[in-house]
Amino acid sequence: MTSMSSLNALRTDKRMVIAATVIMGIALAVLPFIIGSGLGNSWLRILNFALLYIMLALGLNIVVGFAGLLDLGYIAFYAVGAYLYALLASPHFGLHLPVWVIIPAGAALAGIFGALLGAPTLRLRGDYLAIVTLGFGEIVRIFLNNLNAPVNITNGPQGISGIDPIHLGGFTLAKPISLFGFTLPSLHAYYYLFLALALFIVFVTIRLENSRIGRAWVAIREDEIAAKSCGINTRNIKLLAFTMGASFGGVAGGLFAGFQGFVSPESFNLMESVMVLCMVVLGGMGNIPGVILGGILLTILPEIFRHGSGPVQVAIFGKILLDPEALRMLLFGLALIVVMLYRPAGLWPSTTRRREFRGDSTNDVLKEGE
Amino acid sequence: MSSTLLEARAIDKHFGGVTALRNVSLTIRQGEIYGLIGPNGAGKTSFFNVLTGLYHPDGGELIFAGEKLQASAPHKVAKLGIARTFQNIRLFGNMTAMENVMVGRHVRTHAGVFGAVLHDRRTTREEAAIRRRAEELLNYVNIADRADDLARHLSYGDQRRLEIARALATDPKLLALDEPAAGMNGTETASLRELIEGIRKDGITVLLIEHDVKLVMGLCDRVAVLDYGEKICEDVPSLVQKDPKVIEAYLGGSIA
Ligand SMILES: Nc1ncnc2c1ncn2[C@@H]1O[C@H](COP(=O)(O)OP(=O)(O)O)[C@@H](O)[C@H]1O
Ligand SMILES: [Mg+2]
Repeated sequence: MTSMSSLNALRTDKRMVIAATVIMGIALAVLPFIIGSGLGNSWLRILNFALLYIMLALGLNIVVGFAGLLDLGYIAFYAVGAYLYALLASPHFGLHLPVWVIIPAGAALAGIFGALLGAPTLRLRGDYLAIVTLGFGEIVRIFLNNLNAPVNITNGPQGISGIDPIHLGGFTLAKPISLFGFTLPSLHAYYYLFLALALFIVFVTIRLENSRIGRAWVAIREDEIAAKSCGINTRNIKLLAFTMGASFGGVAGGLFAGFQGFVSPESFNLMESVMVLCMVVLGGMGNIPGVILGGILLTILPEIFRHGSGPVQVAIFGKILLDPEALRMLLFGLALIVVMLYRPAGLWPSTTRRREFRGDSTNDVLKEGE
Repeated sequence: MSSTLLEARAIDKHFGGVTALRNVSLTIRQGEIYGLIGPNGAGKTSFFNVLTGLYHPDGGELIFAGEKLQASAPHKVAKLGIARTFQNIRLFGNMTAMENVMVGRHVRTHAGVFGAVLHDRRTTREEAAIRRRAEELLNYVNIADRADDLARHLSYGDQRRLEIARALATDPKLLALDEPAAGMNGTETASLRELIEGIRKDGITVLLIEHDVKLVMGLCDRVAVLDYGEKICEDVPSLVQKDPKVIEAYLGGSIA
């Protein structure tokens, strides 16, 4: 009897999942049209950026959330992907390689940079690791800033402009695409491309999480010594985390360059690394839906502040008292503090971490001294 | 006489001025339960840490199943077939009991990133086998009902059992247990004893550090006694108990 009812529950469950997936799919498909017509193109651009940040947050989540390695220089991998695209598809070197070459190459190169960062930091943890990775991120940016002499590679602080928009098949995404008498505006086309890649990255992350490799990452986060004694080659598995995480950043970077048409070192400063880290931590470290939520909220909320604070101030005080940009950071900091105070495990933590932060006493057994 | 599984030759280990191990040699035979006892701070755990590659010895060498163990390579030691538990339990607290044991299978399995993402036939089969083996082992140590609970929510005794299951998941030839009965009550200790005897019956050699002298003397085929980092005695339990040096190390009373 019980097995019958649980079987039924399972069937209903499955039907629910299918229904939810279909509804999600339709919602994601019509979203750009709703936002485009309701709020205009600037919000459509923000939506596209949200998708890029989701990719970044999921990449960083592998390093920070799964493997438990603090990384404050993650944006460097975004930069690597973006600059690779800029160099291989712009008038700067006169190269115009197709996107299906550049994006995988960007993922691979960023992965190599990830391993380069990982290798010397394998023995470090916590604050020390944070400092070294922070330095790494800054070094990459400084290189991009200065590699314009004696040979001009990156064009220095001016950055690289005139980057080729993304081409797919015979179509350029920079112009409206006409198919079967139906016209798809450029921003919408980018949206679908970014969405497809973001979903691909979500898929890869979920598969990795529930695998031998994913378990090894979490084991290292939980207890590195025990992980070693279980036969995990912690050096290789950590390097793999850095490499995988970085490669997601490389993909996002390439898409960014093609979408924006312009890259400069300024886009890859420490604040950006911190922002992505906040998405991971705020959303709920290690929990994929939480990280996605973090990516969306932290892309969209600051824009709301930016766009909204000027008119609101004028309405209340009759003039703008506080620079919207400064106010945006102020409110952002405030929001962070509030969340960390009231939801220290993140907005949408994994069930595991939620329990962890409730601070129950069984944990003490683990910490008993030798 | 059965063959030698592990031979420790003149192991030294110092921490600054403290000598944790001095010239410790011992031989563990295939299939036996070998006890390692001694007062607190005698160097028992240090020996485990050297054996499993967590500490680099200052002298001496370890031969396991005919191969020299490489110092400071714990994952290689595990691969060669030595698994251990820790005196201060070291589980993956925020993973379920099931996942803890599945991590133990890591060293005997192969799936990489591509397998994980593509779910090819070999990977799905391997993953199913990992899960099946983990279930078996949870059953074996009698905590199958806690499979989906976080390791840190298990009772103390169950955590010790889980650690043993995780160690067994690596298919060890030698299982090294560091004070597995610490903090257990009489009933728990009795069933632990049955568990260890069962493990030995399955052909796994056991190296046991234990404070519970009754347990050691009843369970072990041979016992070595460490005192201030030196091996002062190695023999069958009945003779170890009568050894004057051992009695002195334990200040008379408690060992007899
Ligand atoms: N990591 C370490 N650093 C410094 N001293 C240590 C360390 N590990 C063990 N010791 C010292 O080595 C000696 C033996 O300790 P240990 O092997 O834990 O003994 P036992 O397990 O027999 O109680 C003790 O004096 C202890 O303080
Ligand atoms: Mg000890």
